[in-house]
Amino acid sequence: MMGKKILTLLLLALLHSPFTAFASETVTEQPATDESSVKAGIREYITHHLEDSYDFSIWHAMGLEFPLPIILIDEGLHVFSSANFHHGETVAESDGKFYKIYHAKIYRTDIEGTITIDPLTNHPEQIKPWDFSITKNVVSIFLFGLLIFVLFTSVARSYGDSQIPNKLGRFLEPLVIFVRDDIAIPNIGEKHYRRYMGYILTVFFFIWFINLAGLTPLGINVTGNIAVTFALALITFLITQFTAKKSYWMHIFWNPSVPVFMRLPLAAIELLGVFIKPFSLMIRLYANMTAGHVVIMSLIGLLYIFNNWFARGAFLGLTLFLSIIELLVAFLQAYIFAMLTALYFGAAVEESDHH
Amino acid sequence: MEIPGIVGAGLIVIGVGMGIGRIGGSAMEGIARQPEAANKIQTAMIIAAALIEGIGFAALFAS
Repeated sequence: MMGKKILTLLLLALLHSPFTAFASETVTEQPATDESSVKAGIREYITHHLEDSYDFSIWHAMGLEFPLPIILIDEGLHVFSSANFHHGETVAESDGKFYKIYHAKIYRTDIEGTITIDPLTNHPEQIKPWDFSITKNVVSIFLFGLLIFVLFTSVARSYGDSQIPNKLGRFLEPLVIFVRDDIAIPNIGEKHYRRYMGYILTVFFFIWFINLAGLTPLGINVTGNIAVTFALALITFLITQFTAKKSYWMHIFWNPSVPVFMRLPLAAIELLGVFIKPFSLMIRLYANMTAGHVVIMSLIGLLYIFNNWFARGAFLGLTLFLSIIELLVAFLQAYIFAMLTALYFGAAVEESDHH
Repeated sequence: MEIPGIVGAGLIVIGVGMGIGRIGGSAMEGIARQPEAANKIQTAMIIAAALIEGIGFAALFAS
């Protein structure tokens, strides 16, 4: 039984690995023969994967790609399709203004699409308009937000009057209970945990699902984007500060459990800690997911560099192994984010017992 | 002579590895001594490891 399960898992991973290589991304398709151009191609492929993009391409070679809307605010609203850019190769025109993608950012240029680089800052001198485009990451967030909403509301409705879960509920209920009993209650406490369950469950399932989606051939990298993790950490930060009780602020600014002369220096450190906590949440999730994607992509890249089948087999096996590790990491990062969030909430509502 | 940033990254990885290794080792020992406390030890271990990891990543980005 166990062996059969492991075999299925391995097969799934094996199916997944080569697909990741095809997944999305305009792979440099020139018949690269010499080694340096292969390496440059792989590097470009990895950076392209890590960046957000203006079109959603699942499989470039098969034409499985969709343009997405571009929304710019540049002396008025400009809305047009990203198909006008032709994968960033041409200049797009909108209401008499010309735009060009340079290093995954949109700049306003002239009709020829000239980009002049400032030698001091190494950034283009052209103006960067306010960019509210529905990019690949935004689409993914919308899709998975919707998926989670539909999934959980339908499961919640399926209970009816009974206490027994059915169908999908049988799979999801243990996870919800796990979040409640192993994350929320031990860290926040029986008395206050209910208020925070909504957010903790949402953040847990959102991060987990989107991390898992990053391992599929969709080729998305949402939690490996620092803006996304910044937003998640910001929400945790705001909820912590705005639901904090008196004793939380007391412990920060005038900690009653230490000698009086220590209270002021401690207040400075504690105040710093208030901001470091969400900052570390942001960095941890971003760095872990980015590192995971870079490692897997690099190993797939090595398959193209080595020219003998023994090394290729070995790296395919290693990719497979790391993909399975990434499955674990996807869960672990969601768990740690939810756990630390709960820990900070717990600190905010804790009632001190020393007086 | 200028020391390249990658050397700093290596040092960070050594430090973080030692830190998380110690936490993991101690947690193992703790669980072996008191298997019934495994859940609590595991939670505390993950939190401590996550905090060290956070510092490690912050330093890696700075290097």
